[in-house]
Amino acid sequence: MLLAILSGFILAILLPLLKNILRGGLFILLSALPLSLFVYFLSWLPEVKAGGDLLFSYQWVPSANVNLSFQLDGLAMLFCLLITGIGSLVFIYTSSYLKGHPYLGRFYGYLSMFMASMLGLVLSDNLLLIFIFWELTSISSFFLIGFNNDSEASRKSALLALSITGIGGLFLLVGFVLLNQAGGHYSFTALLNSSPDLASHPMYGWILFFLFIGAFTKSAQFPFHFWLPGAMKAPTPVSTYLHSATMVKAGIYLLARFTPVLGETVWWNGTLTLVGGVTMLYAVIHALFRIDLKGILAYSTISALGLIVFLLGIGTPESLLAATVFILVHALYKATLFLVTGIIDHETGTRDVTRLAGLNKVMLPVGIAAFMAALSNAGIPPTFGFLGKDLIYDATLRSGSLFVLLTGAAVVTNICLLFTGFKAGISPFVGPLPQEFKQVHLPSPLMWIPPLLLASCGIVFGLFPFLIEGSLLVPAVSSLLSTAPDFHLQLWHGFNIILLLSTITIGSGIFLFYYLQSSESKLAWVSRFEPFSPKSVLVGMAKGFALFSAAWTNLWQNGKLRHYVFTIMAFLTVLLAVRFLQGIRLNLNLQSLSDLAFYDVAVLLIMATSILFAVFTKSRLQALASVGVMGFCICLIFLFYSAPDLAMTQFSIDTLTVILFVLVLQKLPGYIKEESKAIMWRDGILAFCFGTLICILALEVLQEPLHREISKYYAENAYTMAKGKNVVNVILVDFRGFDTMVEITVLAIAALGVSGLLRLSTRKPENK
Amino acid sequence: MEILLSFITGFLYASGIYLMLRRSLVKMILGLILLGNGANMLIFLLGRMVKGEPPIIPDAAKTLAGIYADPVPQALILTAIVISFGLQAFAIILMERAYKFVQTDDLDQMNSTEEDI
Repeated sequence: MLLAILSGFILAILLPLLKNILRGGLFILLSALPLSLFVYFLSWLPEVKAGGDLLFSYQWVPSANVNLSFQLDGLAMLFCLLITGIGSLVFIYTSSYLKGHPYLGRFYGYLSMFMASMLGLVLSDNLLLIFIFWELTSISSFFLIGFNNDSEASRKSALLALSITGIGGLFLLVGFVLLNQAGGHYSFTALLNSSPDLASHPMYGWILFFLFIGAFTKSAQFPFHFWLPGAMKAPTPVSTYLHSATMVKAGIYLLARFTPVLGETVWWNGTLTLVGGVTMLYAVIHALFRIDLKGILAYSTISALGLIVFLLGIGTPESLLAATVFILVHALYKATLFLVTGIIDHETGTRDVTRLAGLNKVMLPVGIAAFMAALSNAGIPPTFGFLGKDLIYDATLRSGSLFVLLTGAAVVTNICLLFTGFKAGISPFVGPLPQEFKQVHLPSPLMWIPPLLLASCGIVFGLFPFLIEGSLLVPAVSSLLSTAPDFHLQLWHGFNIILLLSTITIGSGIFLFYYLQSSESKLAWVSRFEPFSPKSVLVGMAKGFALFSAAWTNLWQNGKLRHYVFTIMAFLTVLLAVRFLQGIRLNLNLQSLSDLAFYDVAVLLIMATSILFAVFTKSRLQALASVGVMGFCICLIFLFYSAPDLAMTQFSIDTLTVILFVLVLQKLPGYIKEESKAIMWRDGILAFCFGTLICILALEVLQEPLHREISKYYAENAYTMAKGKNVVNVILVDFRGFDTMVEITVLAIAALGVSGLLRLSTRKPENK
Repeated sequence: MEILLSFITGFLYASGIYLMLRRSLVKMILGLILLGNGANMLIFLLGRMVKGEPPIIPDAAKTLAGIYADPVPQALILTAIVISFGLQAFAIILMERAYKFVQTDDLDQMNSTEEDI
């Protein structure tokens, strides 16, 4: 099982090596992988039908309780067969569709990576594993949408899809973590057994919220649906595979999977019914006005996804059955229609339904496939789609008090879906063939056999539902329900209200198809509402946020050094001030002032004067000289108060700095004429406040008792251990010798910097 | 003396910050020097002031005893003075070069990255 899941990744890794061997027409050989996987999963059918617990567990990160555990039940089986089955056809189709494309190898790499992630997603039993595979599908989808990476629109769409589904994935992760905290397990099967506790858990609402956002973004539910039409920029095989048949169903898979664990509450059913209902109506009405074939299919896909969510929301056994059947129905006909669209696009070069007509005359097999798919889409007997629609009406009619409303919504949706199906599957093929398409010819069988095969499945399953009923559908539905389902699919139910509804649907759909002609002007009319669409709102919000952050950055990071200094100092001042507001303990011992010697006072006075002078003088040289005088005053203070080493250092350094400064000063311009008085006052007040706070700080600390253990250690050991009499020197060169060495290194680096700067050529840049 | 020195230290800080907030590069560096000296004074002050008792062991003795100035702040300040000299020297030369390059010593105009020059 592990190998089956990982084989796609392995293939993706090996492809760069295989690329040169496969150059030419041999890429079709790669379809062997999905085909053999399809057969492999088929071989499990009897066991799944028997209802055995098929758990495959491999140790991975046992310490974090994350194991590679996979579970193959009916629901997973349904998806696995869809993924590998449609995957095989898409692999075959692509080999001809993108024949000779320089990056075909890369394309197959992404495709098999996606297939493997999708398989992993539906088979995983561990929530964290589900999340990992979930993100992997988003990432491979990103690469596939942006496959035509020289087109800007395609890159933008890829980014939009990734950001929406990626954000959704993060929400999902949060949901899973909460679920783990509430349920105590990351394992799905373990959660299933404790589900009665979850619905009453205080975090239940949040779990639903996060889970729903994850599922709705992935499955393109309103208001997150807008990435899907953009994703149609991808090559058609990708649209077929990811954006109609499999990946967008991942969200639905998730909802279906969690129905037995979290479902059957008002919040669960109400939200899903509402969101699904809004999505299916909103999207299908949009689909009516599209003229691009892929646009029609994209919106009808969103609508179909909405329909499935809607059915899951109703939550009765009938509706769950209808949802399961509809997943299969939709995958079969929608994939066919996409593949047909791809052929049309490939051969005629256009996807505009207003121009396409009469293609039956040049590509009959394709037309047949499209016709069968359109019938199944429309739900006309004896197709599988008819069965699906019957079940939907059956489900909505039995949904309880709101059944009129829900049935009405379902009927409207189905009418419009029928219209879109006919528009995409029938109208390009009927009528007279325009002159411009006379040269069009049937493509290679590799391209038209896959859609024909899929479409025939839709008919065969409709005629002989027992083929898949017992083996596939019953196990799938039973994994959604606690009790074993009891149903029997059949085409003919007798005359009843469901049949009546079906007839109404088909009749009004066909009427709509004849009456409503697609045209540019209608599309333009719909586009007028674009500014109110969720996409515009979201993109607008993103733009607004970008503007806000730009303004915010410009406010604080405006590139003016003074501004930074001011901000930092003001913040520090406020911090200190808040601390001091809580109380200052100052009892100044004014008596000590009487012990002052006159030279102390003299030095301090000179110092204060020179500082004042340095600040306020208009001459640079005077300011510099004042700073020098101040330095010498400090030197004297050191000397008076028992620090001869400091005095010597200060003396030499001060002298050196002043000399250096004077040498440079002559090359610099005079002071700038100062700015406004207001700014000077502002800076002055800030500086005064900060200076005062430092002064208070110093006075307060001076009252605290001093701990001299460290000094004592040095005083006692300077001579006995290090044989030096000058304790300060001994500390520097012996006890803290390494620090001093690093300090010398710093000086050396500064010296290197200075010499580098001096050698720097000051030739002005050319453009000045 | 400690009280007066606290005031001087606060004064050094205040004038240093005030100068750093001016537009002229020269004033900015003068402010930096004042601020550095203020920090030195603060450390010195907080190690307490002792008159006439340098931390030097007398010839006859093997350890310091009685009242002596604290050697640890002194070692710290010594390092600080030397390092700040390195910083100042670099800043002064940088200022000179920068002026040659951009022909201004107005900090408000020296706010573009290299691409704009």
